[in-house]
Amino acid sequence: MGGFAETYFWPAVTMILTSVVAMLVLLVIIAYLLYADRKVWAAVQLRRGPNVVGPWGLLQSFADLLKFVFKEPIIPSGANKGIFLLAPLISTVLALAAWAVVPLDDGVVIADINVGVLYIFAISSLAVYGIIMGGWASNSKYPFLGALRSAAQMVSYEVSIGFVIICVLLVVGSLNLTDIVLAQAEGIGTAMGLAPSLLDWHWLILLPMFVVFFISALAETNRPPFDLPEAESELVAGYMSEYSSTPYVMFFLGEYVAITLMCALGTILFLGGWLPPLDVAWLNWVPGTVWFVAKTLFLFFLMAMVKAFVPRYRYDQLMRLGWKVFLPLSLAMVVAVAAVVQLTAEG
Amino acid sequence: MTLTGLFFYLFSAVLVASGLMVIAARQPVHSVLFLILGFVNAAGLFMLLGAEFLALILVVVYVGAVAVLFLFVVMMLDIDFAELRQGFLNYLPVGALVGVVILVELLVVVGGRAIAPEVVESVPVPIPDHDDVSNTEAIGQLLYTRYLFYFQAAGLILLVAMVGAIVLTLRHKEGVKRQSAAVQIARNPATAIEVRKVEPGKGLS
Repeated sequence: MGGFAETYFWPAVTMILTSVVAMLVLLVIIAYLLYADRKVWAAVQLRRGPNVVGPWGLLQSFADLLKFVFKEPIIPSGANKGIFLLAPLISTVLALAAWAVVPLDDGVVIADINVGVLYIFAISSLAVYGIIMGGWASNSKYPFLGALRSAAQMVSYEVSIGFVIICVLLVVGSLNLTDIVLAQAEGIGTAMGLAPSLLDWHWLILLPMFVVFFISALAETNRPPFDLPEAESELVAGYMSEYSSTPYVMFFLGEYVAITLMCALGTILFLGGWLPPLDVAWLNWVPGTVWFVAKTLFLFFLMAMVKAFVPRYRYDQLMRLGWKVFLPLSLAMVVAVAAVVQLTAEG
Repeated sequence: MTLTGLFFYLFSAVLVASGLMVIAARQPVHSVLFLILGFVNAAGLFMLLGAEFLALILVVVYVGAVAVLFLFVVMMLDIDFAELRQGFLNYLPVGALVGVVILVELLVVVGGRAIAPEVVESVPVPIPDHDDVSNTEAIGQLLYTRYLFYFQAAGLILLVAMVGAIVLTLRHKEGVKRQSAAVQIARNPATAIEVRKVEPGKGLS
């Protein structure tokens, strides 16, 4: 039985332990991201934001969590009970599962699989089920309308995210997330004879795709200005209208985990992952994980600012942007990038 | 190896069970959800075979896009279940025939391998070794290099089908206000605003 313990038991235990630790750290970070989101929003609107619970309101997210958990979960009598409770679970678990392949530094990753990008893309394309199932199972009109809207919206913008990812893959030539980051150590800057710097990262060489990715990420995660599935002025709270207590928290959590995941994906694809921005000694001493987190937070800050000062899109405008602007643009970029890669290939 | 076997039986058992539930479930929405469960388990089986690209593409395309549209349509259907079950026995012979044909085809393929293993070696493109080339690359070589023209032809047929579907359903309604973003952005105060002096007691004509 010694062989069994060594080949199966201990690897499984270490994997479970690292996953649990990673999840806890992620959840604590998300609690503070929520706080940061509200603070940024408040600052733009010249308010103070959460400032009562704990010093400078730092414990606000935990107070909110406790409040929701101790409330009574209400299940509407006409609801399809099983699916109603399954929906928030699906949306949270799927969002957390995608984090298994995100590399924080060279080698600091739970599962370094060689189709990492596809895995993240696949998991994020499943996120729509939590919303559709929740909206349908509530057996109520507003949630159902919200679910239909979001199904159409997320499927539309997934197409352009897919093409953006294909562009990056063409440049890199690998589906492994670590390879994608390492490929950004060299680029425009080093080709001009400069030291490795932030000019080498993909955001510069694929600038239009970076813009398309950022806006599509907003739409894919239902962030304002594309938060039509839960537009409160039209649909009460969209697909979440009938949810309360812990199931509601799980939806909320799933949404924020998906947002941070999109920020992390943007960091890996376009902002050079854990690579330092300039080749200066004291910047190179900073651990790669810190750079990764800093870049992810920077993208999140951009998302928070967009939420604060862009008005909500109308539904037909959203569809027009997705299908008539982004789709042709990204399709043309795939053709152009493929042509350039083919023509400049060695040999 | 035992672990692989364990997962194989787990995925297969759930796949077969959810396949059964697809046709047995009373609620059409439940059927679609079981279909999705089936897809995900099939992806798990692909993953066990080392075909990770196919597995994830199956999830992206079938679960992430096709099944969403299924669910979308099924949720909005208003179906009378009693009426739906009435014609069940009429369709049984046709369904059974299709099932038998598929079963025979599967047996021919799998049985052929068992009877004459050398047939596998004689295919025009031998299956490359797992360690030489990743399966993403192998599929790419096959589809985009070796069988490029067949692949392009398939793409062209799909394009024609898509254009056909759009032509059949496109209707230009009269009296619908359409928004043109370019025209709106091109407006400026000189073209959009007119300042008129209104005399008291008289309106604007």
